Amino acid sequence: MREYLPILLFLIVAAVFAGSTIGMSSLIVPRRRNARKDSAYECGVDPVGNARARFTIKFYLVAVVFILFDIEAVFLYPWAVTFRQLGLYGLVEMLLFIVILLVGYVYLLKKRAFEWD
Amino acid sequence: MSVRMPVLLPVDLWALGAVIALSVGLMVMLLLEWAPVRPGSPRGAILSLLTLAAAAGSVLYVRDVARSLFGGMFVHDGFTVFFTILFCAVAALAVLLSWDYARRTRIGQSEYYMLLLSATLGMILMAASNDLITIFLGLELMSLALYVLVGIRRARLESNEAALKYFLLGAFASGFLLYGIALLYGATGSTNLTRMAEFLAASPLQNNPLLIVGGLLLLTGFAFKIAAVPFHMWTPDAYEGAPTSVTAFMSAGAKAAGFAALLRVVLHALGGVHANWAPMLSAIAMLTMTVGNVTALLQINLKRMLAYSSIAHAGYLLVAVVAGGHEGASAALFYLAVYSVMNLGAFGVLTLLGRGQEERVTLSDVAGLGFRHPLLGVTLTVFMLSLGGIPPTAGFMAKVYLFGVALKAGWIPLVIVGVLNSVVSVFYYLRVTVAMYMEEPALEPVGISWAAPGVIALMVCLALTLWWGVQAHALLALALRSVQGLM
Amino acid sequence: MTLPLISLIPALPLAAVALHLLLGDRLGKRGTALLACGAVGAAFLLALRAVFALAARPEADRTLVEIVTTWMRAGDFSVDISFLLDPLSAVMILVVTGVGFLIHVYSIGYMAHDASFRRFFLYLNLFMFAMLTLVLADNFLLMFVGWEGVGLCSYLLIGFWYERPSAAQAGKKAFVVNRIGDFGFLLGMLTLFAFGGTLNFTRLFAVAPHVFAAGGTVITIATLLLFLGATGKSAQIPLYVWLPDAMEGPTPVSALIHAATMVTAGVYMVARCHVLFRLAPVSLEVVAVVGAATALFAATIGLAQNDIKRVLAYSTVSQLGYMFMACGVGAFSAGIFHLMTHSFFKALLFLGAGSVIHALSNEQDLRRMGALSSRLPWTHGTMLVATLAITGLPPLAGFFSKDEILSSAFASGHFGVWLVGVAGAVITAFYMFRLYILCFRGSSRLTHEAEQHLHESRPSMIAPLVVLAVLSAVGGWVGMPFQAGGHAFERWLRPVFEGGPAFAPARELSHGTEWALVAVSVTAGVIGILTALRLYLQSPQTATSLASRYASLRTLLVNKYWIDELLDAAVVRPFGAFSGWLWRFWDVVIVDGTVNAVGYALEGASAVLRLFQTGFVGTYALFLALGVAAMLLHFLRHG
Repeated sequence: MREYLPILLFLIVAAVFAGSTIGMSSLIVPRRRNARKDSAYECGVDPVGNARARFTIKFYLVAVVFILFDIEAVFLYPWAVTFRQLGLYGLVEMLLFIVILLVGYVYLLKKRAFEWD
Repeated sequence: MSVRMPVLLPVDLWALGAVIALSVGLMVMLLLEWAPVRPGSPRGAILSLLTLAAAAGSVLYVRDVARSLFGGMFVHDGFTVFFTILFCAVAALAVLLSWDYARRTRIGQSEYYMLLLSATLGMILMAASNDLITIFLGLELMSLALYVLVGIRRARLESNEAALKYFLLGAFASGFLLYGIALLYGATGSTNLTRMAEFLAASPLQNNPLLIVGGLLLLTGFAFKIAAVPFHMWTPDAYEGAPTSVTAFMSAGAKAAGFAALLRVVLHALGGVHANWAPMLSAIAMLTMTVGNVTALLQINLKRMLAYSSIAHAGYLLVAVVAGGHEGASAALFYLAVYSVMNLGAFGVLTLLGRGQEERVTLSDVAGLGFRHPLLGVTLTVFMLSLGGIPPTAGFMAKVYLFGVALKAGWIPLVIVGVLNSVVSVFYYLRVTVAMYMEEPALEPVGISWAAPGVIALMVCLALTLWWGVQAHALLALALRSVQGLM
Repeated sequence: MTLPLISLIPALPLAAVALHLLLGDRLGKRGTALLACGAVGAAFLLALRAVFALAARPEADRTLVEIVTTWMRAGDFSVDISFLLDPLSAVMILVVTGVGFLIHVYSIGYMAHDASFRRFFLYLNLFMFAMLTLVLADNFLLMFVGWEGVGLCSYLLIGFWYERPSAAQAGKKAFVVNRIGDFGFLLGMLTLFAFGGTLNFTRLFAVAPHVFAAGGTVITIATLLLFLGATGKSAQIPLYVWLPDAMEGPTPVSALIHAATMVTAGVYMVARCHVLFRLAPVSLEVVAVVGAATALFAATIGLAQNDIKRVLAYSTVSQLGYMFMACGVGAFSAGIFHLMTHSFFKALLFLGAGSVIHALSNEQDLRRMGALSSRLPWTHGTMLVATLAITGLPPLAGFFSKDEILSSAFASGHFGVWLVGVAGAVITAFYMFRLYILCFRGSSRLTHEAEQHLHESRPSMIAPLVVLAVLSAVGGWVGMPFQAGGHAFERWLRPVFEGGPAFAPARELSHGTEWALVAVSVTAGVIGILTALRLYLQSPQTATSLASRYASLRTLLVNKYWIDELLDAAVVRPFGAFSGWLWRFWDVVIVDGTVNAVGYALEGASAVLRLFQTGFVGTYALFLALGVAAMLLHFLRHG
């Protein structure tokens, strides 16, 4: 069971960090209450109500695009950590990966996927 | 600590040529969004053809070498070459058929051809993968592109409905597939097909429930893609709702890709436990042939009828998989090549029917067609005869060889069911001929949208259907050679 | 001497088909006819040349194989496109191209006013190609290609006047019934391949005695499956139902396909596979019994028909039965002999009937014919020759072949079969003369309209009739019996049928017995003819016309009339009723009913299966999940 000790430590640190940041901010933030600010996530969507409400398709587009580029970051991080071991081969592979995503980005730009209206 | 990096030889780059060419081609097409052309320009089609030619050419250049790349995830062998060429040919024929069809139904934006190439890339990956993870990647790449293609006629409600159904059920089936992969990994300790085969050969635990359940779920995922009963229900709706050129492409390509992956998994990875899965597959094969053929009998819409027919053909193909061994695999390859050509041809004729945005694909629409357009009538007749397995067409040769192999392997009841089914199938294939030659059109006769590229594609399909009907041994020998490395 | 190019014989009609398609209507009617007949005529000349070349070789070496190309090869499975010319296929190609050429010529006149003139000759030429491929093939697969090809052409030509629903229906019926037979053929072929390892005739027949145990289950099943194919193509019990309906096609088609050539393909196939059938005595028995049963059964139905072509159709079914009877008792060469003579006189009968129908403005009902002998002298004369030939009167062609079949049946100890054959011969003679009398003799029952347009056919239609009449008269002389070592036709075929496993030779009959058998079969024909003359020629209507000329005979005829009534009530009526019942009940209810029931059952199943396709994604997903559950359950219980 010893090998699980770091995980336990990690869990504790995470819990403490999350708890303390939320606690701290709740202690020190200025409060100017109004209906908008009190709604969950502050995203303009009513969290309580009929789940069959229709969303505008734009949300989905943004969400999909977000996930795409978010995953890019997920891949970039471990690569950066082992950059030296992976060497030139890794660099080329990662560049290819970024170029492919870049093509998608350029396409989205042309399709005006980033413009809300 | 240092990681040993793989080295890519020049020959490997050639072997990867199809994947590289298609990736580059489809990215170029995305970027060309910045250089708009007038609607109806053939730019997308021409670029696709060039890309496909480059892809096929590069793989053909190194067709005789066998390589295993990326830690055994991607293999370049006879099997890969056969299917890469098949998929490139299917896609090229589909592009030719789409040339005018996509223009007149206003779906021919650059995305159309880009999605077509994506799907082709996915198919090639499925055939070339020697690892469940990459098979899944290829399958999803293909499927996602096809979901969009099915629904690309956004103004048509049927098209939307078809895409949504196909997507929902496809996602459901992908779930099964992925779950199956996970369980198989748990049971064998690897997702690599070769290592799974080694594990199974060495392991005494062949009745491990994890293995059985995992295998079944994996099978379900493939059965969905090849439209085997009872996982076929999406097929008629999707085939009918999709633009005809897309139906042509997916009925040939997606089915072949599903079988390519299935053959690798079942004959390579699970080859050692043949006795465990063969009876189950044989039952599915019988069910698939029978349900497909019997339901096709009463269909009025030709796209729907051909959808059920394609289900039935999946059943015949499963007979080859059940027979197993080099001969069974070669029969499947042979049948797939023939099936792709004749099915593309049959759907190809349908793409010519009707003008503008019209969809004229019912039995009454082709009534009297044989006399008003004799060459088109004869062409469709040949494809129908071939699908029904009547000599001297390729379909006959494919059936004879396939059933012969199954008989040799001792699957006699299966062959009897298969032959009986092909007798039944003649009825509905012949009905098309009867309508064309022996009935008068009830409504205004259907207009034909003649276009040179489509006609060229049909002539290629027709020529191959007849050629392989009388000169099949070269293809047969090729199929047999292509499966040598599989087991 | 250089080897003749066998492949050119089927290639010529095929080339004509291509030209028909390419040139289209640009050829005009004259050009189309010239092309079609020219190709078949040239094929006939080539066939003649090939057969002469074959005959010039020593008897032991009369087998020519021409490999055109390898069709497919995979592992130990290999099939060539190759043609086999031996004495058996030589007879077949001469009959097919020879009779075929005459019928092509005849069709020019018969179809002259048809709008689809070109389509007709296109199909005819396509048929010739398929038929020649069938008889020249040197392996089962190529034979099957021809087999399916002639089926397709038959379907197209039966439904040639597709605007008539009955024609379209008949075409479909022929195709569906034939598919049942084809299914048997295909399975038989696959079985032979699975055990024999090859589809090549020469190789398969060479290994057959070593691979298959004589009388074993495998060879019995395989040959029975092949015979199922033969019953479909050659219209034997139980698959004969399509042939009478096939008369919806133009009459030259009936003559070419449904009398002279295609329907004999089954007989040819059985004869070709004689090595296999001899290994399976049970199958041979089945062939003999089915042949005999069909011969008698179809003949009785022929008694009750009034449509001139239907009488001939049932007659064809019956005569094909005789050929199978011959094969079944081991007299393959007698079967082929009858196949040849039958193709002469039956083609002639159909063409003659076509000439009558043509002359009467498409009247086919015997009750509205009569007394045509003087109005259509050429047609009448040639038809009379054919009618006498089919009844088996010496020295016409039918006599020699039918007599040989009957004496072979007797000699091989199949007395029951022999008896049935003789009974069939009586009935055949009866209904053929009934047809002849109703059509050409007696009083005219023509409609006024038909009377107006009555005319003898043009010379291009009469000429083939005359040639066929000559053949029907003398064509049997190659089989002149009582020669040492068998007659000429038998000697010609001997190299083919001699090979294969040892077969108990038929008892050698003494000359006395042979003469007695000849007497029996001639008597059978004469009895049938006399009965027909009595019942139809001397009935009241005829009597009145005769009475005015021969007043002294009047009293006698009146007395005879009373006897005729008795005969009619005691024999013909019940017999007619029985055959009518057979036709209405057995044919229509049992056989057609079974065929239709299969169709309806499939359609019903289709309608039920369609209900599952609800269109709701939920249902589809449910089935998907149920499928997985079913598979899991299966493995949990059996895995």
